[in-house]
Amino acid sequence: MRRQVTIDGNDATAYVAYKTNEVMTIYPITPSSTMGELADAWAAAGDKNIWGNVPLVQEMQSEGGAAGAVHGALQAGALTTTFTASQGLLLMIPNMFKIAGELTSTVFHVAARCIATHALSIFGDHSDIMAARSTGWAILFSDSVQEAMDFALISQAATLKARVPFIHAFDGFRTSHEVRKIEELSVEDIRAMLPQDAVRAHRLRGLSPDRPVLRGSAQNPDVFFQAREACNLYYDAVPGIVEETMQKFGELTGRAYHLFDYYGAPDAERVIVIMGSGAETAQETVDRLLESDEKVGVVIVRLFRPFSVSHLLAVLPATTKSIAVLDRTKEPGAIGEPMYQDVITALSEGLSAGTAPFEKMPHVIGGRYGLSSKEFTPAMVKAVYDELAKSAPKNHFTVGINDDVSFRSLEVDPNFSVETDDVVRAVFWGLGSDGTVGANKNSIKIIGEDTPNYAQGYFVYDSKKSGSMTVSHLRFGPKPIRSPYLVQTANFVAVHQFDFVDRYPVLDTAAKGAIVLLNSPFDKDTVWDNLPKPIQEVIVNRGLSLYVIDALEVARKTGMGGRINGIMQTCFFALSKVMPRDEAIERIKYAIKKSYGKRGEEVVKQNWRAVDETLENLFQVNVPSAVTSTRVVVDAISSKAPDFVRNVTAEIIAGRGDGVPVSAMPVDGTFPTGTAAWEKRNIATEIPVWEENLCIQCGKCVLVCPHAVIRAKLASEADLAGAPDGFKTAPAKWREFADRKYTLQVAVEDCTGCTLCVEVCPAKDKSHAGRKALNMAPQRPLREQGAADWDYFLGIPDLPHHTELIRFNNIKNAQLLQPLFEFSGACSGCGETPYIKLVTQLFGDRSVIANATGCSSIYGGNLPTTPYTTNSAGRGPAWSNSLFEDNAEFGLGIRLSLDMQEGYARTLVEAGRAKIGEELADAILNADQTEESGIHAQRERIEQLKAILATDDSQEAKDLLALSDQLARKTVWIFGGDGWAYDIGYGGLDHVLASGKNVKVLVLDTEVYSNTGGQASKATSRGAVAKFAAGGKTSAKKDLGKMAMAYRSVYVAQIAMGADDAQTLRALREAEAYPGPAIVIAYSHCIAHGIDMAKGLTQQKLAVDSGSWMLYRYDPRLGDEGKNPLHIDSKPASIPLTDYIYSEMRYQMLRKSNPEEAALLLQLRQEDIATRFDEYTRMAVEEPVKA
Amino acid sequence: MDLTTHYIGLDLKNPIVASASPLSRSLDGLRRIEDAGAGAVVLQSLFEEQIAHESLALDHYLSVGTESHNEALSYFPDADSYDVGPEKYLELIRSGKENISIPIIASLNGVSTGGWTRYASLMEKAGADGIELNMYYLPTNVNVSGAEIEKRYLETLDAVIKSVSIPVAVKLSPYFSSTAHMASCLAREGARAAVLFNRFYQPDFDLEKLEVVPSLEFSRSYDLRLPLHWTAILFGHVPLDLAITTGVHTHFDVLKCMMAGANVVEIASELLHNGLGRIEEILDGVRGWMEEFEYESVRQMHGSMSQLRCPDPGAFERANYMKVLQSFRTPA
Repeated sequence: MRRQVTIDGNDATAYVAYKTNEVMTIYPITPSSTMGELADAWAAAGDKNIWGNVPLVQEMQSEGGAAGAVHGALQAGALTTTFTASQGLLLMIPNMFKIAGELTSTVFHVAARCIATHALSIFGDHSDIMAARSTGWAILFSDSVQEAMDFALISQAATLKARVPFIHAFDGFRTSHEVRKIEELSVEDIRAMLPQDAVRAHRLRGLSPDRPVLRGSAQNPDVFFQAREACNLYYDAVPGIVEETMQKFGELTGRAYHLFDYYGAPDAERVIVIMGSGAETAQETVDRLLESDEKVGVVIVRLFRPFSVSHLLAVLPATTKSIAVLDRTKEPGAIGEPMYQDVITALSEGLSAGTAPFEKMPHVIGGRYGLSSKEFTPAMVKAVYDELAKSAPKNHFTVGINDDVSFRSLEVDPNFSVETDDVVRAVFWGLGSDGTVGANKNSIKIIGEDTPNYAQGYFVYDSKKSGSMTVSHLRFGPKPIRSPYLVQTANFVAVHQFDFVDRYPVLDTAAKGAIVLLNSPFDKDTVWDNLPKPIQEVIVNRGLSLYVIDALEVARKTGMGGRINGIMQTCFFALSKVMPRDEAIERIKYAIKKSYGKRGEEVVKQNWRAVDETLENLFQVNVPSAVTSTRVVVDAISSKAPDFVRNVTAEIIAGRGDGVPVSAMPVDGTFPTGTAAWEKRNIATEIPVWEENLCIQCGKCVLVCPHAVIRAKLASEADLAGAPDGFKTAPAKWREFADRKYTLQVAVEDCTGCTLCVEVCPAKDKSHAGRKALNMAPQRPLREQGAADWDYFLGIPDLPHHTELIRFNNIKNAQLLQPLFEFSGACSGCGETPYIKLVTQLFGDRSVIANATGCSSIYGGNLPTTPYTTNSAGRGPAWSNSLFEDNAEFGLGIRLSLDMQEGYARTLVEAGRAKIGEELADAILNADQTEESGIHAQRERIEQLKAILATDDSQEAKDLLALSDQLARKTVWIFGGDGWAYDIGYGGLDHVLASGKNVKVLVLDTEVYSNTGGQASKATSRGAVAKFAAGGKTSAKKDLGKMAMAYRSVYVAQIAMGADDAQTLRALREAEAYPGPAIVIAYSHCIAHGIDMAKGLTQQKLAVDSGSWMLYRYDPRLGDEGKNPLHIDSKPASIPLTDYIYSEMRYQMLRKSNPEEAALLLQLRQEDIATRFDEYTRMAVEEPVKA
Repeated sequence: MDLTTHYIGLDLKNPIVASASPLSRSLDGLRRIEDAGAGAVVLQSLFEEQIAHESLALDHYLSVGTESHNEALSYFPDADSYDVGPEKYLELIRSGKENISIPIIASLNGVSTGGWTRYASLMEKAGADGIELNMYYLPTNVNVSGAEIEKRYLETLDAVIKSVSIPVAVKLSPYFSSTAHMASCLAREGARAAVLFNRFYQPDFDLEKLEVVPSLEFSRSYDLRLPLHWTAILFGHVPLDLAITTGVHTHFDVLKCMMAGANVVEIASELLHNGLGRIEEILDGVRGWMEEFEYESVRQMHGSMSQLRCPDPGAFERANYMKVLQSFRTPA
């Protein structure tokens, strides 16, 4: 008896991969990271594979490294696998050619994902798989969670028999992250499927000095070709082996698969050929169309490589007249997308050979769908069939978008649906922080595993890391569910945050008569009057039943804080009647115990209390028969916003991005900066309020604010002439600006409420020590006044950066500089963004930023909005992201380019002296741009130059006009996290630092891969628990700074703003001024540390005070002056290490799960700290060596 | 020289009990305490609030930020099990009982009745020789009367006593309106001893930062006065064994405690500050003093200076306070 389990595609795949392998090399990349995490966690827990061994799971520094290690492990005879996606798969390609060329049995499990082109996308399509199709690997594609488990095994068995390596692929997110009830393969099934003799043969092919061979020779023109053809018979055999393996699998499990499966009318005339989860949608649609006797069918491609012509031809009905091949990828410049070309070739070959089932070539068209997880719905499938019915169907079409430029898209009927009433379809709108998704996953498990019903869940998240919204799409029903697309009409809609009714089209999906559950601060008698008109209209017109609960109040009373998950889940079960109410509550409680029991009794009790108190607070609303509200939903974007923001950005923000036409999008991925300022998110429930009389104007709050929402300016009387009533100011505490007023303002609608500013504020009321110069207060009552104040504040001129009245070399003065990075979607209380913001304040108007993929590229460049912005002169950071692995090189390339263009501009100035004027030419060529005033003066000269050149028609003048801005100093910043700097990008970073070129590297060191969910990097400290280091990191943190210092020509600093903000400022200024490569490593507290983010700065200080994080600056110029270049800015440990590490869950976890190991690693960590401090101290007193 | 004493039904080779401190956190620590010559050991308190807090904190930090972003559905691997309950503590009792021979007294801290009192029974099952119920509670609520607090104490004691058959001592605060009456009530509820007194957490101020600073300072011999006074008053008046747990640093302090009526002294600060070797030094001092003044056993001096038996019972009363005040003269 096999178990029914409710899991996602990653879990399903990893389960089989773990059981059937001995070595697993892993590296995080969305959406495949979970597979590696599971493997690591299972290995840490001692779970065994089918041979009774715990597989060796090894994290690598990159996917390239993972593939290399796989190659090695395979060559030595172990059954080996890895998991990846997208760019990761691309990095594996060189090894994949080798592995295939050596006929080596292995399976790579790939959650197929978009490859970055004009933009990065973490979502699913087949562009990565298609990029790997020439490697010589077999490609077996799963359509669903069940198939992901089944095909993981079929591919493993087939590769062992065939000796051809396999990619086992499934759609990223749609399959990798969809939760479904499936039948779990038993260990006996797995054993039965694996050919043990082939396993032994594989092992015996492994390199061994006991039977030495040489593999991987270099060959010459005489024999390479022949040798390359020697594998042909193995490839020829693959289709047969897979077919045979599928047959055996079918006999074992009852699930029959074929290389190509045909579904539909036996006499179909119109056929779609498709691969991946879209095939399920196509089958569902075919079912509906068959009801109206349409002659349609679908061919599901399972084994894409080797492509078996005969097997394809065998399944196509002889009646086929037209075929649409749907590719989930785009190959610009090709005749058509890969599968389209394959099908045409196959048909052509079949017709030529007389093996085709028809005598005439069907009309074949190709189309693209679903790029970057674009929804693919039955309506789109129908649109394709409708197109096939036309006499001249559109070829090379797209479906799912509105292409109003090249007019290739198909019209789709938005009202076509195949959803049936026997399926409960529920949509839940929640916040990431309220636990909605977790509860829904739990509900699916309850329904899937405790009832005969089938269940499916898919979860949509927005791209913000603070205040992020989630939408859960759940289906339950008596029959297997095959609907890999979002719920289109829901019979249950839950809105877990009341303010969503004014922000999102939460009831758009509500079916007639649907139940609506609203978490509302208003009771059943008053809620109606507080709903906006559009919501009331939907409720009345569609006859919806409305229920309310003040879940936040129930959560507060039961100690649950903001986590309303269990409460809303209980309401869902009570209202949806998926199972009897009492039984549901019992199941929920059991699930709570099962999920949280190991975290302690109190957690269980608290959650149970919340469940128990739910139903007495759930009420049905007596819905009036007519709409009474006049309140309309106000567009969140100001009418003052630029056209692009109003027409495009606003649509994306409002959740209508799918409707944005092709013509609205930039053709090359170039976007305007400064658009985050237009999105007023209002996510903070409390905001800081300034007490001007207590403030000492130190600027620490401005410095630490992760979202640049608290800012200071010095205003003249004239500047304040039109200030709103209540606009706060205080006499400026600057000798140089004694006549000005200091004003500190909060962007109340952009604040995330993290409280870092209040935490850092040192000014306290002498009569009430608990009151500071900043105190948190509820946002709502302050919103209008605050917004007006902020608007006015922005209009007050910023102090010119080039002023000579003060220098921006201390925090108090630096706070007055305009941040050119604002309102990003980073986590509330983020430890990285304050550094980035400070860099933009100091150098933003002359910076080009190369940003490694990771958190900083997501909050820095993920649509809809861009946080990098411009100053009043229109200058600001120019930002770009290349890849994860190449960021240092990318930045170096930018530097080389700028230097080259500057050099050419200088040549042109020199050559054009006569026209430009000697004096101006000399001034430009000899400008001292080390200080802001010098840069400013140069920019003014460039303006003069441009004026002169504007009237000159010569080619040289035109060239110089185009290049003249390059004559002003530019700084190239290279931003990235520790995953990039310590691991995947280290080789490049090392090379770039060694190049001597003038680039500035800022490493935002969170000591884990934060963006992908906290996997260990080489920056992870010893003793910390992280994913991929579930048993605690056993090795010491890599000393990146010391490695860079070894060159003696690189400026190196290690900083921690929370420990010493002055040192942070000093290091960044020195690094930027250094005429060569510089690297600044910044301790960045992170949500992945398991800390109270409001105390992030305290954690930074603890890290430094415990000696765990040293502060230092290494300036090679000092060596040139005969001084020691290394200056240690922090003291020896002054507090026990435990005071620091055990205030963070990443360390506490190990103490709680494995205290003996924790004690051992603690001791080693203490030794690390002592040793490092000794070494650095010695280095700091050694005689200097010139660079 | 007979140093043996009897406390909550246990025979101790001497009256020095190593009080709850980091020294008794591990089996190795327990071994060292026994080797140093202590008569018994009291383990650190198992805190009701701490267990709940650790459990909720673990849950919070494993949950916060999860299921919020496509790329990071969680931030930590979830281990198979966590040490968030009393298991580690119970294991220390178990291994202690297997490896050392002096009595092990477990300490349980809490002030509410409820599920946590079952920990007392788990302590008993793990082999504890007795339980010290550490009634550490700071009554800050202005709406809660002293009578209510006392009632809560007694209910808690009752719940614990009903769940175990091993002896239960109660560690008290010095701030009862009527300490003697409270002690008498505890005895009536079934407590076997009163441990005098709990030292409340008394934070300090940082004047420059205007911050309340946590501080826990070692006791000094002077701090002995308060428990010594009350031990002397309670001895013989309430049917309880008595333990003094604050301000015992020298052999003179031990002798005073015995004479006041204490069955044992619980020492922590002195051992933390000057090492476990102090136990033997203090015992040597006791022996030497007894030899010099020709005492045969500590039992001989037990309660000899209590209010019941001392030459001047009025010395413990208000009249003596007046006398002391009147004897004070402003220095010239």
